[in-house]
Amino acid sequence: MHEYSLVQALFDRIEDVVRERHAISVRRVRVQIGQSAGVDAGLFRTAYDTFRIRTICADAPLDVREVPVRWVCPDGHGPIPAGTPLTCPACGRPCRLDAGDEIVLEQLELEVP
Amino acid sequence: MCVSCGCGDTELVPVPVHERILANNERVAAHNREHFRDHGVVAVNLMGSPGSGKTALLEATASALLHRAKLGVLVGDLATDNDARRVRAAGIMAEPITTGSACHLDAEMVHQGLHRLSGWRDLDYLFIENVGNLVCPAVYDLGQAVNVVALSVTEGEDKPLKYPTMFRKADLVLLTKADLLPVLDVHVDVIARNLSMVMPEPRMILACARTGVGMDQWIHWLRAINTPRRASVPAVC
Repeated sequence: MHEYSLVQALFDRIEDVVRERHAISVRRVRVQIGQSAGVDAGLFRTAYDTFRIRTICADAPLDVREVPVRWVCPDGHGPIPAGTPLTCPACGRPCRLDAGDEIVLEQLELEVP
Repeated sequence: MCVSCGCGDTELVPVPVHERILANNERVAAHNREHFRDHGVVAVNLMGSPGSGKTALLEATASALLHRAKLGVLVGDLATDNDARRVRAAGIMAEPITTGSACHLDAEMVHQGLHRLSGWRDLDYLFIENVGNLVCPAVYDLGQAVNVVALSVTEGEDKPLKYPTMFRKADLVLLTKADLLPVLDVHVDVIARNLSMVMPEPRMILACARTGVGMDQWIHWLRAINTPRRASVPAVC
């Protein structure tokens, strides 16, 4: 249930941005969660909705964009099909994770004076 | 203020951030990593399920390596300092990190743990025994040099597929409790194949703390990463 810790870290970062921008309130929060990031997007939403009450995010719905996993050949032979060993079928090199590891605060919608 | 007519109403503005949510943890982890590098300490983040044999592995590692290297352990646990007492009894300096309800260690807990583990700067290896859990610890960088996952043969063949993030981040998997294989319907080659589906460079050592099987390979691997120019994690035969 590290999703609760992650949501706390998210609030801390949002508070920083709100302070920097002299915002009055937060109206929307958009995050990216990679499907191989080790984070359950559903639990993350639940944790956010549980904890946002009485925070600066109380009126800010959360948009979660789930990012699919994508492994690629480091030599440019393209993506590796899902469900296969993580070596490039063309050159045999170990693959590199190109997407799917994101735990990212992407954008806020802020009410500013 | 509304710039269209100057009425004084507030405005809604989109603010791109594009920052990792764990950026603060990663800053502290980078700080820890710098400390370890400056003092020549190899930090090993040892992860695995509860009961996978992490503490027994450390006890066996002490027997095999303590005469050649200085070892220390930070032991993460939800409650009790049982594991810290076990590794101390094996001759390793150890400090517990009792997390309460937290299911993982983070970089700040490790940083605070270092403050209590006096003498850590003189170590060759600092093992960070993470909380027993195959999910949450994988998400948090602690400042370690390598991630090692203890997977016991009793956990079955499909754990790498069920917990891909943990195994993807592993530099080495220690397949522990090898002495139990004869009484289990578990096949090491199936585990190796499953690891190849989640680890781009799968490295696995079949080990047993009780009988000593695989301990030479494990110690060899540890010694290989403790070189002044460790450009990459060594391969395993």
